[in-house]
Amino acid sequence: MAEQNTRQDTLEYAQRLGDDAVVLGHRLSEWCSNAPFLEEDLALANTALDFIGRARMYYGYAAELADDGRDEDDFAYLRDQRDYRNLLLHELPRGDFAFTQARQYFIDVYNQLFLEELRQSADERLAAIAAKAVKESRYHLRRSRDWMLRLGDGTEESHRRTQTAVDNLWGYTHELFELDPLEQRLVDAGVAVDVAALRDPWREQVGTLLDEATLRQPADDWAVRGGREGYHTENLGHLLTEMQALHRAYPGCSW
Amino acid sequence: MIKEHLDLYEVFIRGKRGLDHKHVGSLHAEDPEQALEYARDIYTRRGEGVSIWVVRSRDITASQEDDSEAFYDPSNDKPYRLATYYRLPDEVNNM
Amino acid sequence: MTEDELEQAFYRRIENEEKIEPKDWMPEGYRQNLIRQISQHAHSEVIGMQPEGNWITRAPSLRRKAILLAKVQDEGGHGLYLYSTAETLGISRAEMIEALQSCKAKYASIFNYPAQTWADVGAIGWLVDGAAIVNQVSLQRTSYGPYSRSMIRICKEESFHQRQGYELMLTLCRGTEEQKAMAQDALNRFYWPALMMFGPHDSESAHSAKSMQWKIKRESNDDLRQKFIDQTVPQIEFLGLEHPDKDIRWNEERGHYDHGEIDWDEFYRVISGNGPCNRQRIQHHIRVHEEGAWVRDAMSAYQQKKRQRAQAA
Repeated sequence: MAEQNTRQDTLEYAQRLGDDAVVLGHRLSEWCSNAPFLEEDLALANTALDFIGRARMYYGYAAELADDGRDEDDFAYLRDQRDYRNLLLHELPRGDFAFTQARQYFIDVYNQLFLEELRQSADERLAAIAAKAVKESRYHLRRSRDWMLRLGDGTEESHRRTQTAVDNLWGYTHELFELDPLEQRLVDAGVAVDVAALRDPWREQVGTLLDEATLRQPADDWAVRGGREGYHTENLGHLLTEMQALHRAYPGCSW
Repeated sequence: MIKEHLDLYEVFIRGKRGLDHKHVGSLHAEDPEQALEYARDIYTRRGEGVSIWVVRSRDITASQEDDSEAFYDPSNDKPYRLATYYRLPDEVNNM
Repeated sequence: MTEDELEQAFYRRIENEEKIEPKDWMPEGYRQNLIRQISQHAHSEVIGMQPEGNWITRAPSLRRKAILLAKVQDEGGHGLYLYSTAETLGISRAEMIEALQSCKAKYASIFNYPAQTWADVGAIGWLVDGAAIVNQVSLQRTSYGPYSRSMIRICKEESFHQRQGYELMLTLCRGTEEQKAMAQDALNRFYWPALMMFGPHDSESAHSAKSMQWKIKRESNDDLRQKFIDQTVPQIEFLGLEHPDKDIRWNEERGHYDHGEIDWDEFYRVISGNGPCNRQRIQHHIRVHEEGAWVRDAMSAYQQKKRQRAQAA
């Protein structure tokens, strides 16, 4: 019975991580042919591809655990926004280049810490996905960190835009470090990452970098949360409408 | 004159261990580290390399067409530096 | 060496199928012709990101989304290889971009057609990349070394583009009636514009003769087009689709397919700026370029600051 519950919990957990990845991958893919110069266009596409690949791995595993005939695309294309369980930070519109890079930086620091831990998971499949993904995130972080420095300490305009992005993102970072009962059960079973423990190292790294980039760390005076429970900003609905339109218009087709 | 914001870098990639780095093209970047990252993102999208060099294009000193007589013609009369210059019997010709 | 001797040496190289390399002396006309052709080729890759890019966020499966994004990214990469190639001839990328945005430089007209349906993504990969590959394979033997090397690299990468497009079409054609109809419609709309990619008839082509003499171009527009027409017939048959050219007939004597005439009025109309998407494509490029200006400025400023700090230390 306990094993059955852990399986169900793990399915939900893999689906959550898949949601994070697919939503961010989608946002990053929106930059294709829209980046400030060609080199960066290609680099952003690589990052987007890493996240789409990650989504496929997590959903693929969730589908195996579900064992009810669903595949990765059923998870991505046939669930509505209330069923999506991504952390809100991922779904915010891409904004300007400063917003995209600041979000990416916050997520890259988080992912590096998170995936290092997930590599140790008692669940071998999740551990294997993490082992691959952590290498990607190390590279993503190298890039987004450099961008924070360039933009934060570049011109007055780039500084202003980056500070605005950091300010507008900060309230969405709190829920990255919160566990709900499901994740707590999985932490106890050695499967999930205890994200509460990542908060201090994340804050330390981010704080140091913001300093170096001449940016101010915002006050903790607001926080939006709810992604893991299916409470979203209005942005996700639009994202899914676009992403799922074709797939839903021709039900049951192969592509 | 239209402003070019970023320096031009030449990219060299070692395809696999044991091979030389080979020139593959160029790109624009703010500093050498970024040039290295972009080289990775642009020139190794299919895992083409195990090692990358980037060099700022203007730091390369190249021989000129005008130099070519002085540079290369003198070697033309030194065929004895080439292995093919020496005729050996077939029995030992795999040298 | 005198100018005359240099010129003779240049033509000797061309004659002997030796490549011309960046630091070699070359006639100004050769250089300008190359810059025109290579930058046009580069712009085509970059503008070509837009029609397919239009479908990345709506790709109907995660696998297709990844493939399409990788493919469009490749187009950007190929644009970059080609800009980098043109830069060896003494023109900067900024100058080339300026020429594109002010419509002094051209790009392939095919990208002025919209990608309206998902099947268009397949048709573009199969037909547009297919036509491009026919042209590029021939250009692997072009006389300018860096251009030839770019073409070799690009051809190697682009075979995936055509295959993914055909595979996409094949999936549609083996799917529902609606999907198959979508595929037929895309074929009908993209077939003729794909033929136009090879340019006007040889007799009408402004730059062709000189380009052939310099061995920048190695095969004529009409020969390359015929090659593409011939290879496409069995591919259409295999999909079970109707051929959009009602006059297509095998000619035993020629060993080629005879075909209907291209609508040259449409060709010249689109080239001269009156295709469905000409304005949209350039405006997109300008908008993105302008939106990115502050980022590029920030990079320059940051680089300055780093240098000053290094000097002060």
